[in-house]
Amino acid sequence: MNSLVKTNTLIKLWELPGGIHPPENKQQSMQLPLTQLSIPAQLFIPLNQHIGAPALPIVQVGEQVLKGQVIGLAEGTFSANVHASSSGIVSSIGPGILPHPSGMKGDVIVIDTDGKDKWTALEACENYLILDRLTLIAKIRAAGIAGLGGAGFPTAVKLSTKSTQLIDTLIVNGAECEPYITADDMLMQVHADEVIAGTYLLSHILHNPQRLIIGIENNKPKAITALQIAAKKYSEKKPENKTPIEIISIPTKYPSGGAKQLIHILTGREVPNGHHSADIGAICLNVATVATAWRAVRFGEPLISRITTVVGEALSIQRNISVLLGTPVDYVLAQQGFDKTKASRVIIGGPMMGFTLPDLRAPVVKITNCILAAAKKELPIPPPAQACIRCGICAEACPVSLLPQQLFWYAQAEDTERLQSHHIFDCIECGACSYVCPSKIPLVQYYRAAKGSIRSQVAEKEKADRSRQRFEFRKERIAKEDAEKEAKREARKKAAEEAKQLLTSKKTEMHSAIAIESQPPTPPEAILVTAAIAKANQVESTPAEQRIKLERLLNTARNSLQSARAPLVPKNPVFPITAEQLVQQQSRIKQAELKVAEAERKLAGFDAEIKNTPPSP
Amino acid sequence: MALLNITSPHTHAPLSTSQVMRLVIYATFPGVLTLAYFFGVGIFINLFIASLSCLAFEALVIKLRERSVVFYLGDYSALVTAFLLAISLPPYCPWWLVVTGSFCAIVLAKQLYGGMGLNPFNPAMVAYVILLISFPVPMTQWPTPANVDASQVLGITDAFSKIFLGKQIDGYSSATALDIMKQNSSLVLSELYQNKPILSKGAFASAGWEWVNIMFLLGGIFLLYKKIFTWHAPVSMLVALALMAGFFYDSGSSESGGSPVFHLLTGATMFGAFFIVTDPVTSAVSNKGRIIYGAAIGILVYIIRVWGKGYPDGVAFAVLFLNFAAPFIDYYTTPRTYGHTKSRSALDKEP
Repeated sequence: MNSLVKTNTLIKLWELPGGIHPPENKQQSMQLPLTQLSIPAQLFIPLNQHIGAPALPIVQVGEQVLKGQVIGLAEGTFSANVHASSSGIVSSIGPGILPHPSGMKGDVIVIDTDGKDKWTALEACENYLILDRLTLIAKIRAAGIAGLGGAGFPTAVKLSTKSTQLIDTLIVNGAECEPYITADDMLMQVHADEVIAGTYLLSHILHNPQRLIIGIENNKPKAITALQIAAKKYSEKKPENKTPIEIISIPTKYPSGGAKQLIHILTGREVPNGHHSADIGAICLNVATVATAWRAVRFGEPLISRITTVVGEALSIQRNISVLLGTPVDYVLAQQGFDKTKASRVIIGGPMMGFTLPDLRAPVVKITNCILAAAKKELPIPPPAQACIRCGICAEACPVSLLPQQLFWYAQAEDTERLQSHHIFDCIECGACSYVCPSKIPLVQYYRAAKGSIRSQVAEKEKADRSRQRFEFRKERIAKEDAEKEAKREARKKAAEEAKQLLTSKKTEMHSAIAIESQPPTPPEAILVTAAIAKANQVESTPAEQRIKLERLLNTARNSLQSARAPLVPKNPVFPITAEQLVQQQSRIKQAELKVAEAERKLAGFDAEIKNTPPSP
Repeated sequence: MALLNITSPHTHAPLSTSQVMRLVIYATFPGVLTLAYFFGVGIFINLFIASLSCLAFEALVIKLRERSVVFYLGDYSALVTAFLLAISLPPYCPWWLVVTGSFCAIVLAKQLYGGMGLNPFNPAMVAYVILLISFPVPMTQWPTPANVDASQVLGITDAFSKIFLGKQIDGYSSATALDIMKQNSSLVLSELYQNKPILSKGAFASAGWEWVNIMFLLGGIFLLYKKIFTWHAPVSMLVALALMAGFFYDSGSSESGGSPVFHLLTGATMFGAFFIVTDPVTSAVSNKGRIIYGAAIGILVYIIRVWGKGYPDGVAFAVLFLNFAAPFIDYYTTPRTYGHTKSRSALDKEP
């Protein structure tokens, strides 16, 4: 059965270009065994602990929740569930402190724990082979698992490969190349069996890739041995798994633990620019993610705690601790004898890629693999940067073969075109260049800023393009409408011209008919006047209609006279009618009377006219 | 506790720029001591004057630029320039020559371009070339090595009166091996080696200078071991120079330019290869670029030494020429980035 555990000797490894060897500082946290942290009085569980959309809260303030109960539901595919890490009562849902370099706030569910730590009902599964792959992925998704190595990529999404992506290599990442961090080392030593079982589970989900590799840096011999023993035991217990797990120790070199870097070291394959590792047939998952996925399927346990390395000279106890997600960092530190006066800063993650925590009340989340409470001597404040002497040591250190000093010049010059042609977006921000820089120039900081400004420029350009497009459409539409209006106006004008001409010709005919032959031709003004009269006559309605109109006018005048004569009613009974109001009323009555008289006169005049004119033919 | 927002990485390698500069200075010591062994105290006086004047000029300009004098002098770059200049100048040259050289190096070639890291040309070589063109006579008076004629090595009194008082001393200098090789057109090399003591008294190439070169080579190997620079530029320069010498050796005829060993171990070859060509500020940046840069310097050195009309050695000119070309070389030697199929020229503006 030993054949199922391949040793390193026969395996070809590819060399990581560049890379550095910073002091490892891993022994401090490996002196004591793994322990469990007590339950804090309050858990602060952020709804977004992964890459993607934040989960939607599905509990209400005051609600009783049990340990492992879903309290935030994944929104869309690219998201992850959030669970209660212990039992208690939801005391608030709203903006809270997040473990983020900017000190940004985000939605957090606060649980007042009851100390009972009572589990919700879990659905265990004895044999996952009888379940289909989609069900297994759904289980992993329900458990809210996101990459525990630090990226927080939703694991279910990673495992749902496209039909075009044939996965031939599953890589379990136990490299853990960052100094200080030993969380994965500890996990591999303590839960080696879970890592092995999880690897086979994922192999089953991924249609049994030809190679199953666990890549570990050679500075973790205990973890390697533990995994080899676990793999052997597993194969004795379940001989049906034919594919051996290759436990490969790789040379210790930072940053060989980056997914792309590890894939390159183990398989020699590079992920082409703009593609995912699945496109070249490789899937890479962190050891802790694999073990958690196994627990999720086997025991139905969601992701509610993780192993975190709590380390640094500002602590009296340095060790690995299994921490409930949502436990405040200051609570964790207080349990380990944190001395504020000694500390230079508290870093979440390792010294190469971690970030300074602005507020210690932030909680431990899914991606918190290390809390580094560094003493002032340990991580001193960097000295002021000196001039770049173009020594090129940075280019030697770059694991993705960039030219860091060129990028630095272009970043200073804000030459975004050159930055992009020098592939700034391929920078993995591993910090190797800044680490080796003899002038202590914070190169990565420059690249981060440059990337940010390019991203916002691109976004702004997109916005500007969209509004320009909108503006152009609008201009076009208005022009079209104007053209239509103009065309209509032209048509009306033409029709009017035609009508006028027709009329003029008719009038002229009429006039010429009654005119004396010796009379000179009618001047144009006269023609216009006659045309106007003709028009007026044409507009004029029949005598009956005119009479009705006049009668209506008379009626309206009489009505208004009546309403004017009506006695005044005070709006407010307290105030009597004033003399002024009476005068106004009098004048209104007078006006109305005048109007009535005028209307009567017009009607009488019309009637008289009707009588005088002969009936029309 | 101050929660400073320091961004990653939080840890740094111990090597600092000041340390790099100090190591470069230490690495010149074997060569400097050998120079003193063969040519007397002149080199120390050169070093002393150059260091003082370079630091003074640097401090003055930094003061004028309203920067922190302590911070910028603390990087030791002015001192490195002083050492490189002092080693390039002939021992026992007048003091004002060294001071003028320091002015040219620090003020003209370095600070006027913006100070450390921004100078396109190697300051020491700019100063050397300006002096060589302006004052050809004192610049070409190289003393005779002690193992050729020990009686000609100047004592301290003579040295001081020569340097500071301008006293004329006859016969302390003689033609260098490169001068002899250049001017030879009648003798085949074996005869030349027999006739000229500076050649005949040498073990491999030329008396005294071969050991100076070997000691600078040792200093260079020390810096390589310390990873102060990569092997690419110096090795390609030496290989190119040796190949050129090999191609045109002409089996030692009177037309021969000298053997590869002769070229590698005479004049400023090793000093140039490990202390001038490796100047990171003025060279190409990528390893591929540095190979091209070094090789071109090697070829040019040979061309100027053998076929050039005026000057017996050509390291300074070759380096300055390639300083011009370094940005151009950079444009065409960007490495292939991870995940990209080919490297692209830096002129390419498309992302």
